[in-house]
Amino acid sequence: MRAPRRRKLDLKSGRVELAHGSGGRAMAHLIADIFHAAFDNEMLAAVNDQAAFDVPAGRMVMSTDGYVVTPLFFPGGNIGELAVNGTINDVAMAGAKPLHLSAGFVIEEGFALADLQAIAKSMGEAAAAADIAIVTGDTKVVERGKADGVFITTTGIGIVPEGLDLSADRARPGDRILLSGTIGDHGVAVMSKRENLGFETAILSDTAALHGLVAEMVAAAGAGLRAMRDPTRGGLAAVLNELAIASGVGMVVEEAAIPVKAEVAAACEFLGLDPLYVANEGKLIAIVALEHADAALAAMRAHPLGRDAAAIGVVVEDEHSFVRMTTGFGGGRIVDWLSGEQLPRIC
Amino acid sequence: MKYVDEFRDGAIAEKLATAIAAEARADRDYRFMEFCGGHTHAIARYGVEDLLPKNIKMIHGPGCPVCVLPIGRIDAAIELVRNPDITLLTYGDLMRVPASGGSSLMRAKAEGGDIRMVYSTLDALKIATAEPDRQVVFFAIGFETTTPPTALAIKQAAAQKLENFSVYCNHVLTPAAIRNILESRQVRALGLVRLDGFVGPAHVSTVIGTQPYEYFAREFEKPVVVAGFEPLDVMQAILMLVRQANDGRHEVENQYARAVTREGNTAAQAIVAEMFELRRSFEWRGLGEVPYSALKIKAPFAEFDAERRFGISYQPAPDNPACECGAILRGAKEPVDCKLFGTVCTPETPIGSCMVSSEGACAAHWTYGRFRIAAGDERRKAS
Repeated sequence: MRAPRRRKLDLKSGRVELAHGSGGRAMAHLIADIFHAAFDNEMLAAVNDQAAFDVPAGRMVMSTDGYVVTPLFFPGGNIGELAVNGTINDVAMAGAKPLHLSAGFVIEEGFALADLQAIAKSMGEAAAAADIAIVTGDTKVVERGKADGVFITTTGIGIVPEGLDLSADRARPGDRILLSGTIGDHGVAVMSKRENLGFETAILSDTAALHGLVAEMVAAAGAGLRAMRDPTRGGLAAVLNELAIASGVGMVVEEAAIPVKAEVAAACEFLGLDPLYVANEGKLIAIVALEHADAALAAMRAHPLGRDAAAIGVVVEDEHSFVRMTTGFGGGRIVDWLSGEQLPRIC
Repeated sequence: MKYVDEFRDGAIAEKLATAIAAEARADRDYRFMEFCGGHTHAIARYGVEDLLPKNIKMIHGPGCPVCVLPIGRIDAAIELVRNPDITLLTYGDLMRVPASGGSSLMRAKAEGGDIRMVYSTLDALKIATAEPDRQVVFFAIGFETTTPPTALAIKQAAAQKLENFSVYCNHVLTPAAIRNILESRQVRALGLVRLDGFVGPAHVSTVIGTQPYEYFAREFEKPVVVAGFEPLDVMQAILMLVRQANDGRHEVENQYARAVTREGNTAAQAIVAEMFELRRSFEWRGLGEVPYSALKIKAPFAEFDAERRFGISYQPAPDNPACECGAILRGAKEPVDCKLFGTVCTPETPIGSCMVSSEGACAAHWTYGRFRIAAGDERRKAS
């Protein structure tokens, strides 16, 4: 008996149907034509329900993150590369070298196959650029109206080089606070495409995988790195507050030292936002021991993703764990947590 | 950023601070009220307090539209969206203001009410046009600055014959509120709250001009300096007020001459006059019933008046008895005088409206300035 001829997915004008998530042949075709084609690696090609690999010696880290950004395509990127870079960054913030990723998709019935392919493709490209593989995954399709296009969850694992112990509770008075570049780019890029805002801007999302930058910092400052975090939702302000509370210290930052692109500052000005609270997807904040701070900063500036890096402040003793800022105007203020919701769904 | 950075220049701020310190007399203190929440926010956000001598005290006024809206008006809006045919459109801050029974617009939205945030009245018209089967109600709040856009929206809706659009009008008037404060027993008869002058509104004055304040300068002998919302504007206005106080003058001066004239924006005033008329009385949180202090939609445009269309009747609702928002809005108390401040009432879980909007005195103090409170600020103890 001849095998039935397989109809190719209509990647031009086809749409995701419930059958694509039902475990049948349609699902197998979707996975093969879109995901395997884009992610292309041996472990995935083995079509197992899991990926099997040898574990190197040392400490492993693991991180997971869900991505629900709207719009799915924004200036400078899309949800796919965000999902890859974001989880790589969460792994890398431990000082780790990322190894593998998994990806889970919740797709809304009716979603354009062409868009799904574009998203998968950029995930594959982002993973290849970062030299890691998406080794296992999952696909679910939900009825129209039960999701918003596509939601992606990625999980990453990585290995921490020996001698490193980065943790949010390790900031100590006297440590320096380093920021790898301009803040607010991602949030403003996404917002500029919101239907009810819709303003023209040349700002692109800063989505990028930071593990290369981190590796340079590890080489330069080693155990002098106390803590790192990428300021995504809640922006710089949230991360500084998280670190201050976790470490039981205060922080004092200089407003004038924080790099903000003129276009981002302008967009924030007319939207009534503070760039300190706007999301980033390719920046990191590092708390570094004073004696290693110069070396770390020099290493950051030597890397393309840290060109605009700056020392923005110091860790101080403070029983209230306040994050304080000296304003460019000459006064003092608190940099508080974001209260309420400044911008829904930006990552 | 051009045209912005110039007004936030630290070097100029230092010069102004030096001038203020030199001219403020050591043998007296100065108590100025900034009427507007925009100024309250700028003072807190840029740390202007740190640049002022100890004997100059800024008192935060009631010019925060979210803060002065009484609970009953929000209760009515929540009641409105229980009707599944109604979509309520509002500016963002209003969503979190506590209403009666632990509710809020945010909570009503989570419970299924169709409440959406918009950035302008144009968005509101767009939604009404795109969804003709829904009754779209715009929850209009604000002082004279936001009134002209609401008036234009009504005019445009009338021209478009938009039958599913209406406005729940809560627009209020600045001069009426200033007058109410100056005439209050605490200020006038008892002298409990001493005010040596006003920093006059920025954006409001672009619309109404400086002329309406001349009455306060004359009748109540209080200097008024209309100022922009940038921190250098505020510093300069304070210097001008110190000079007036020292000279015993009480004039209306215009620091914000780059945007404000004596007559204001007459085109905007005309469209407001075409659409709105005075309410005999309106309740303000903190000030109570204030005569002729708010606007309602004129009879020829009654079909766009949500209060008439849906028969909304106003039921006053009490504030939390421990909440001092009222006294704070009148300048009679400071945020730290409230027992709830920073304990049960924070921006995450606001009890009173002053903790909701970033322009509210409590939110500004808590968000930007609480390190001063924690440090047991000497100035606060001294005063």
